[in-house]
Amino acid sequence: MRGLLAGEPLAAIIASGFFSSEPVQVALAVGAAVAIVSGAVGVFTVMRGQSFAGEALADIGATGGSGAFLLGVGPLWGFVVMGIAAAAVMELIGIQRPRGRDLATGIVLGAGLGLAALFLYLDATHHDTTGATVTILFGSVFAISSSTIPLVVALGTLALGIVVALYRPLMLSTVNAEMAAARGVPVRVVGAGYLLALAISVALAAVTIGAILSTALLVGPAAAALRLTKRPGRAMLAAGVIGMAATWLGVLLAYDSYYWPPKEHGWPVSFFVVTLIFIFYLVSGLPARWRGRSRCSRDS
Amino acid sequence: MGAGERVAEETSQAESGPGGILSVQGIGVRLSGRQVLDDVSFTIAPGEFTGLIGSNGAGKTTLLRVILGLQAPDAGRVLVAARPRSRRNPLIGYVPQKFLLDPDMPLRARDLVALGVDANKLGVARPSRTRRESVEQMLAAVNASAFADARVGTLSGGEQQRVLIAHALIGRPRLLLLDEPLANLDLRSAHEVVSLLARIAETQKIAVLISAHEMNPLVEAMDRIVYLAAGRAASGRTEEVVRADVLSALYGHHVDVLRVHGRLLVVAGAGEDSDLAGHEVAFPTAEHDP
Repeated sequence: MRGLLAGEPLAAIIASGFFSSEPVQVALAVGAAVAIVSGAVGVFTVMRGQSFAGEALADIGATGGSGAFLLGVGPLWGFVVMGIAAAAVMELIGIQRPRGRDLATGIVLGAGLGLAALFLYLDATHHDTTGATVTILFGSVFAISSSTIPLVVALGTLALGIVVALYRPLMLSTVNAEMAAARGVPVRVVGAGYLLALAISVALAAVTIGAILSTALLVGPAAAALRLTKRPGRAMLAAGVIGMAATWLGVLLAYDSYYWPPKEHGWPVSFFVVTLIFIFYLVSGLPARWRGRSRCSRDS
Repeated sequence: MGAGERVAEETSQAESGPGGILSVQGIGVRLSGRQVLDDVSFTIAPGEFTGLIGSNGAGKTTLLRVILGLQAPDAGRVLVAARPRSRRNPLIGYVPQKFLLDPDMPLRARDLVALGVDANKLGVARPSRTRRESVEQMLAAVNASAFADARVGTLSGGEQQRVLIAHALIGRPRLLLLDEPLANLDLRSAHEVVSLLARIAETQKIAVLISAHEMNPLVEAMDRIVYLAAGRAASGRTEEVVRADVLSALYGHHVDVLRVHGRLLVVAGAGEDSDLAGHEVAFPTAEHDP
């Protein structure tokens, strides 16, 4: 691959050894899978106004991740198990009622973060895993083992499968729960199914860019995509592409940053991914602004 | 004869029977210790345009929820085409009370109408010509073709109502329930929606039950009125129900029915037993669209 790039302009951008590095290959594979799942789930999250629930599930995932470190298990298992448990508690407390939504989320979030504080403290003081805090909260995609890929793909397929299976009933209950109920849609079951997909999706994003930043991957690309298209299917596709572009470019820049100051210390991938998502979001507003401006100039 | 044809034939026989398409029998509902509906009964025949009239809090939405199967009654029963209604009844189409549609929601008017076909099914709908054509026809039937590709959240109140009506009608119901569809509409849009519904009732023989707190925009179109007050109902033709004696019995105190410039007004009478004397009982007035 290096030979292919030699002498081409790409060589200036892609540092040597990028494609042959195993951590890079794993990061690109995991990043792509996670971006696609986050895109599909994220569009519904934005449409249903449940970003706070996504953020809460991600933060509570930190409890699971830090607990997994204590038990010596892979953090992804911790993120997923804790995320699903938190989603179940939110559902039982009353997330299906619009007014109970913030309350249920906030209560579960508070309890979960308290436990995360304890587990992270124990990780740092008793288990000599000083890197755990940074890995869990801010992610370290280059540290993911290639043996995790099958689990990431399986979980991603499950979350995507739920969204595809529930697509029509979920869409109608997102528009109006009563209309959906009148059409015979079991609104609560559909909402719970979506919450399960959200918990899985957020856990996957947490393992990639960290628990705290994972909502950026869930909400950012979806919000940008929703500004570009007025069709939900296309928005999901666009969100996946935007998320993938941000993740891959982020991985590339982080790899390149090894040669940036301070030398020999690469910058965190999560920083690049989240910043790129933010830039994509800002740029996605431009077409509408241009359309508005040209309409104004036509009118005047 | 196939099973589908048999059901259709039985349904059509049941509709034309004495129970009509909808028979509400002695419905009583208590919510939080309050008797919201008390022994409410009425029947609607196929193609009949019925106004469900009552002031805010009279129990209109609760009654519609009972008919839809979303609220279990404490007493009485509802028959749809002479059968006890099931949770998902394809014979009923429903347009809910005005709700906020996010202007950023990536859903075109035509997508919302298409969801009316099979939103209860799992998976993504496969694109089909029949499906597309039936959406087009329904959009045209409610005069919504011009804004079929606009995001539903960006449409005006009247346009949204027409799209929601198309969504409810595309499942080919025999009974269409609408909860306060005229609320927040300007007079012209309200008039358009009522004419559209009256046309649908007449040409497609779909019974329409429309709730409203103001009866005047509906008076010309109504074949029947169900008047709710204090949880009880009186039903019949407008001139049979909107009378001082009938409504006084319903309210439990004397009311007068006045006709002012062609509009019907129900006001508390000056009877001795009324503590509301001189005040308007039920309806804010509005100019009747000529």
